[in-house]
Order: sequence, then structure tokens, then C-alpha cells
Amino acid sequence: MTAFLRVAALVVRKDLTVEVRSLEVVATTLFFAVTVVLIFAFGFVREGLAVEGVAAAILWITVAFSGTLALGRTFERERQADTLRALLLAPADRPAIYAGKLAGMLLLMALVEAVLVPLIGLLFQAPILAAPLRLAALLAAGTLGFAAIGTLFAAMLVRARSRDVLLPVLLYPMTVPVMIAGVRGTAALFQAEPDLDLAQFWTALLVFFDAVFVTLALWTFEPLMTD
Amino acid sequence: MSDFTQVAVVGLGRHYGRRRALHDLTFTAQAGDILGLLGPNGAGKSTLLAILGTLLAPSAGRVEYGGRASADAGSDLRGRIGMLGHDLFLYPELTARENLVFFGRLYGLTDAAAVASAALERAGLAARADDPVSSFSRGMRQRVALERALLHGPRLLLLDEPFTGLDQASSAALVVRLREVQARGVVTVLATHDLDVVDGVLSDVVFLQGGRRVVTGAAGALRDRYRAAMQDGPRS
Amino acid sequence: MTTAVKVQLGLAAAMFAAAPWVINAAPYEATMGLVYKIYFFHMPSAWMFLLGAIVAGVASGRFLFGKRQASDATAVAAAELAVVFGLLALVTGPLWARKAWGVWWVWDARLTSSLLVFLIFVAYLLLRRFGGPGADKLSAGLALFGMANVPFIYVSVNYWRTLHPKTSVVPTLPVSMGIPLWFCVFAFLLLFLALLSLRATLERQRARVDALYLSLDEA
Repeated sequence: MTAFLRVAALVVRKDLTVEVRSLEVVATTLFFAVTVVLIFAFGFVREGLAVEGVAAAILWITVAFSGTLALGRTFERERQADTLRALLLAPADRPAIYAGKLAGMLLLMALVEAVLVPLIGLLFQAPILAAPLRLAALLAAGTLGFAAIGTLFAAMLVRARSRDVLLPVLLYPMTVPVMIAGVRGTAALFQAEPDLDLAQFWTALLVFFDAVFVTLALWTFEPLMTD
Repeated sequence: MSDFTQVAVVGLGRHYGRRRALHDLTFTAQAGDILGLLGPNGAGKSTLLAILGTLLAPSAGRVEYGGRASADAGSDLRGRIGMLGHDLFLYPELTARENLVFFGRLYGLTDAAAVASAALERAGLAARADDPVSSFSRGMRQRVALERALLHGPRLLLLDEPFTGLDQASSAALVVRLREVQARGVVTVLATHDLDVVDGVLSDVVFLQGGRRVVTGAAGALRDRYRAAMQDGPRS
Repeated sequence: MTTAVKVQLGLAAAMFAAAPWVINAAPYEATMGLVYKIYFFHMPSAWMFLLGAIVAGVASGRFLFGKRQASDATAVAAAELAVVFGLLALVTGPLWARKAWGVWWVWDARLTSSLLVFLIFVAYLLLRRFGGPGADKLSAGLALFGMANVPFIYVSVNYWRTLHPKTSVVPTLPVSMGIPLWFCVFAFLLLFLALLSLRATLERQRARVDALYLSLDEA
């Protein structure tokens, strides 16, 4: 177990160092996320006011879009010097490598969300501070579910043809429960009178989803990555 | 316990759908051998190296590391293999030292920092150790990559086209390094095109054409034997 | 084609030929009129769709962990059938909806979940077609995840919006309606099994042709 965590931490630290040095994924993903929000604003703002209830949907769709972009770039980087193979060659536990990549992805998406949520609160008058902890829990659970599946799929697509197209094609239908739970839960929190019970139900569903798919991903990573 | 002094390839085959990459390949390499895999592009050299590195499963036959078959290869076997891929396996954004320390730790070395410093010294890159790899020339990267593959003292060293893009001085330095590795009793398997450089270095040669081994009776310089082998083609 | 498949196919053909009469014998439903009889094909299609998804997921798991090539053939066959029967269910569903609820498409829980699971299996076929070498393994991972996702999709969509007649409708149907329904389910099941084994055999034979092709240039 300690060896597992040690390897995962090593991979996370390596990814962070690379990212801090180039800022490529963070900068492009953040910019992309802001652009997506603006495009939605042009679609949903009429006469200076946002259509009611769109804030939650825009938040989660932007998370999904920018997450896909970040996943693609992160693994493209591991593909260029074939370093993903170098990671798999190491005597380390392979699921630990998956866990490390997943943790790096979560940190990146958390950073994007930290910008995204205030931006949406600002542009669409969403009451993001009505129940901040519950909103954070919902975002954390939803992001984990999305990234758990996304990291596995992006890793396995590294050696596939047309991987850029296939990632969203495979990822979006699979993460629809995350989208529904995220949007509905957030909408419940954004109501004039926040429906805490409803938000809690969706958070619980997401936690359950996370448990199932993180386990399944850790379990299938090894057979999926060896040919 | 997982150590071995011999790598045996027995009836190895690999195909992708209908495309055959390797066919019925058999050879053995001993500790202290430098085995050359020679053949044109698409002869199956990289596929063979990937199978030897346990990254790819064979469709037929097996690889034996000492007494153990590749089928029950675990992480301790991977820890005995060092591989230098064609794409070098280095993070360009990280410095040479960071690359080596990262992989050293990944291989479970407790004194990764010291090992990395020693490796950089050997590669003659101590002065550039803290520059990002992306600023290195091909020859310097190649030296770092080789040290990366040797960091954990592997028993089996797999090199994919290590001489590509190297000038004469770098090639000569690489040959010297290979001789040191050889003296330590490492099994080295090396795929290459640069016949003149490796002539006299290789202790054994496997000629590959279209995924098959070509056996030639020709003698003389490696280049002449290679030409003879490619003309004869695989035995039917 | 084995005898078992021939028998299954023959029986299924006979049952489908007889189905119009059996369905016609079912009582006329007052509010829906004639249109409700779509249900006799809609529900079995939806069940076969779900069955295909489950078989594909289980077979993919066996392929991934047991490295059994034969399971991969079963998985492809089941995934393709899931897409075919899924399409049938998705076409007949709106026909029913038009009459029952007055609109072609409703964001009803089961129809929407079916659409989503259907999309996962279309993605499976896309991955197999365009993924290049090694796509068989990757698509097996996808099918396994898809199967695990079915309950989550169903629960989330169900709480998101619901309109569908409840599952409990089936057992409480009058016998005169239940018999034709089970008759159709059985006919669809026979067809499903026959097509599954035919398609899986085809896939295995394709693998054998590949192997023969490979052994040809050994000589």
C-alpha cells in the first residue's frame, strides 16, 4: 500500500513539475473554459439577463469540455517521447501509475473549476455562496467520476488511431450520469431556496458512481495497457 | 531470485490481424553478450524488443528469462530490464537530473539522487545536469536516455536504434559504454542500421527480414554478411 | 450453421409468422386503440437490447481478464445485436409515445436511458472500426464500463424525469394480454440467440481465416 502511494505521488509530482514549467495545459484549458462560458452566454443571455436556471448546465458542460481537452493534451505529452511506455516498463504497480495520472488530472480540473465557478456566479448571477461546501462536495464527486473514466480512456487511446475524435465519442455517453447528477444537484443549490436534500441525493449518487468506476478502472488498467 | 544469466527466445511469433510482424524466431543471448538485431525497416526489430521488454505479448512461442517464461512476468522481472526506446523515454520539460531521479525512484532506488549524479558524471553531462532535456542535442539526449535505462542495473538491456543521429564521437562513446556494460555481465540486445559502427562490437547477430530470421553462411565484414543475408532472404 | 441454430431460426421464423394472429387475439385496449399493439414488439426489442448489452459486457470482461479470444467474438456479436434491437426499441418507442402522450419524443426515463446505452454501444462499434490495432481490447474495456453504467444511467435519468408505464404493468396484465406478450418475448429471444451464435461463429471464422492467411506464407 505504501509502495502504491509512493509511486502515485511520484507520478503526480512529475506531472506537476512538467506543468509548472510549461503551463501549457493549464493555460490552454483555462482559456478554453472561459471561451466556452462566453459562447454559452451569447446563446442564453437575453436583454442583459441570463435565462433562468442555465448556470448549472453551463458550469458542468464547460467542465466536461475543458476536461476532455486537458485529458487529450496530458496524454499527448506522455505519447510524444513514448514516456507512457517507460512508465509501464517500470517495476512499479501499474494501477499506481493510473492513480497518479488521475490525481494530477483532478488537481488540474480543480484549478480550472476554481476559476470557472466564480466566473459563472458573476456572469449568470448564480448564488455560488448559498451553500459553498455542498457545491464543493458536488463538484469534487462529479469531477472524480468524470476524470476516473476519462483518465483510463485517454490512457488506453494513446496507442489507438484517431484518438482525438474517439476520446469524446467514448467519454460523453459514459459520463452522462455525472452530467445529470452534477447539473441537477447544482441547480438545486442555485435555486432561490436551495434544496439541500436533493443536492445531497445527487452527491450521494455521484459518490457511489465514483466508488464503482474508480475500482473498475484500477482493476482494468493493467489488462488494457498491455497488448 | 528473479535474476538470470540467459535470455532465450523460443519459436516466437507475433501478428497484428493478418499482418505478421514476427515469425518463428529462436535465439539465445548470454550474460556478457551484445546481440545485434539487423534488418531493414519493418523487419520486426521494434516488435521483438517490445516483446523482450514484456510490453507486448507474443502470439506464439515464448521468451525465457533464465528459467522463467515471460507469461508469468511480474513487476520484479520488469525491474531487471532496461530499455532505450527509439523515442528516448525522457520528459523534455524536465532537467536531465530530474528525469533520472524520477525514474530512479520509480524503479525503487533508495539513493536515486546519488545514482543520478553518478550517471550524469558518466554521461559527461554533470555541467548540464540542471538544464531541461529539450535544450540538449540529440547526442546528449541519447546519453541521458542510455543512463536512464541503466540506472537500476538491469540484467537485460534493450536498445532500439541507439546510434541514430549520433556523430562519430558520440557513437564511439556509446560503444565504449556498451563495452563497460558488457563487462558487467549484462545481456544486451540492440537493434540497429549502423553496420559499420557496430562491426566488431556485436558478439552475435540475428538478421531479420519480414519478421523472419535469416541465416547466412557468409563470412567477412558485417556489411558483407548483411548484404548476403538480405539477398538470400529467409529460408523456406 | 449448427442444427441448434437452424432449429432456433426456424422456430423464431414460425413464431414471427404467427405473431400477427396471436397479437390480434389480444384484447382491444380502449384508450390506445390499435396502436398499443406496438408494445408487443417494442418491449421484447427493449429486453433483447438490454440482454445484448449485458452479454457484451460479461463477454468483454472474460476476454479482458481470461484472455479468451472466443469471448471477444461473443462480445462483438452481442454488441451489434444490442445496437440492432436498441434501434428497434428506439423506433417503436416514439410510435407508442405519439399515441400515448401525444408527442414523438418524450424525455421519459426508460426511453432516454435506452438512448444513452445505445450510444455507448454505437461508440463501441466506432472504436472497433476506427481504433486501429488493439482496438478489440480497448472496446472490451468500453463494453465492461458500459454494462456497469446501465444502473447509474437508469437511476439518474429516472430521477431526472419520468413518464414511462411502470415495470409492474407486465405481471398485472390480464392473461389475454400477457400470453401474446410472452409469446413475442420468446420469439425475440430465439431470434436473438440464433443471431448471436451466427454472428459469433462468423467472427470466429474470420479469426480462423486470418490464422490460415498467416500460415499460408509459412510454406
